[in-house]
Amino acid sequence: MDIHWDILAEYAPFFLKGTLLTIGLSLAGILIGTVLGLFIGLGKMLKNKFLSLPFGIYITIFRGTPMLVQIMLIHFAVVPLFTGGTNAIAATILTLSLNSAAYIAEIFRAGIQSIDKGQMEASRSLGMSHVQAMRYVILPQAFKRMIPPLGNEFIVLIKESSLASIVAAPELMYWGRAMQGQYFRVWEPYITAALIYLVLTVSLSFLLSRLERRLATE
Amino acid sequence: MIVVEKLKKSFGTNVVLKDINVTVKPQEVVVVIGPSGSGKSTFLRCINLLETITGGHVYIEGIDITDKKTDINKIRTEVGMVFQQFNLFPHKKVIENIMLAPMKVRNTPAQEARKKGLALLRKVGLEEKAEAFPDSLSGGQKQRVAIARALAMEPKIMLFDEPTSALDPEMVGEVLEVMKQLAKEGMTMVVVTHEMGFAKEVGDRVIFMDDGLIVEENTPSELFDHPKEDRTKAFLSKIL
Repeated sequence: MDIHWDILAEYAPFFLKGTLLTIGLSLAGILIGTVLGLFIGLGKMLKNKFLSLPFGIYITIFRGTPMLVQIMLIHFAVVPLFTGGTNAIAATILTLSLNSAAYIAEIFRAGIQSIDKGQMEASRSLGMSHVQAMRYVILPQAFKRMIPPLGNEFIVLIKESSLASIVAAPELMYWGRAMQGQYFRVWEPYITAALIYLVLTVSLSFLLSRLERRLATE
Repeated sequence: MIVVEKLKKSFGTNVVLKDINVTVKPQEVVVVIGPSGSGKSTFLRCINLLETITGGHVYIEGIDITDKKTDINKIRTEVGMVFQQFNLFPHKKVIENIMLAPMKVRNTPAQEARKKGLALLRKVGLEEKAEAFPDSLSGGQKQRVAIARALAMEPKIMLFDEPTSALDPEMVGEVLEVMKQLAKEGMTMVVVTHEMGFAKEVGDRVIFMDDGLIVEENTPSELFDHPKEDRTKAFLSKIL
């Protein structure tokens, strides 16, 4: 196996552009998915069964179907239904956000429910409203416990963003496939892509473990 | 100050409080004793609506807290509560634990809340722990911080739910000392406890509960030395 460094050099700018888009797609997915996930998680925790049911169904659907199917449906069916046309980047961000929101909702719910109920009682006994108790007492503690599972989800999200190559969003994996198509080489494009994904996920877990240490209270 | 009328509480089909009638006068210290499962903690938690009430009424300073129109958050600022498990906020420093509710509920400026918090910590003998996190404190210290935190809202009534039951024996004294001091200052208190010594020394009245009912209530000396009911006698013979 000889490595063709020249074609790697030729594709380097494309890999760079692809990496930037991968980071952008993942970040957008993480941010929108987290906000959406918080609301869906809170929705699923509603005491009223009828109100919480739609949130439960949402989670079931998005966790229970493959992301590849979701991205196809959203890109070729859902987005065109509303806008007439379609856009691979927008469809990818939408899919990543909606999909990760389902997982993040469950992470939020587990985090919040893991906090001892005495914390809520103590807050309420001091005269705080439910919302104040959530905001100042429950959520900050729950958030700390949610960092490790959230980190997992974010890493999964970075990797799953590679599915965007199927709908031709020019991210990292797209350029890998393009390189294979042009030169009929497999080692160079995919090892390169793998290494770049690895750097991204390792950096992210490093950042998250630092955040976790900074939030320690002892 | 507190009037409890025909209070009933059940969890599903499990009836915990059957018919409780109690009146607590200003500056009175009422101690509630009884075997576990007798409903004494539930009774206490009904006084600030930590439990939803199944039937009857609870009046705090004449306001019916079971009335849906009553702003329960406002009532709770007047009724401090200390829990068996302390329930300090572990993500906040000791002083922040005390400052949080005054700042968020009463909109007290941070500087003023801190000053008052430090004064309260001095009162419970923990001023030097202001910047520590709760996890670094002993059980007795945690409970004293919890008392200071409740006092920061300047409540008119303090409820204590077995405040020393989770403590190692050598730490019970320091917490009881703070409570005695409070009683001396004229705080209205309802205390659920197994500390009979405290009940005798500080209590104006002792209520003995069993099976969701008040079996007997009297001054501590009468109740402990001349119990009238058989169930009271049986209980006291087991613990004294």
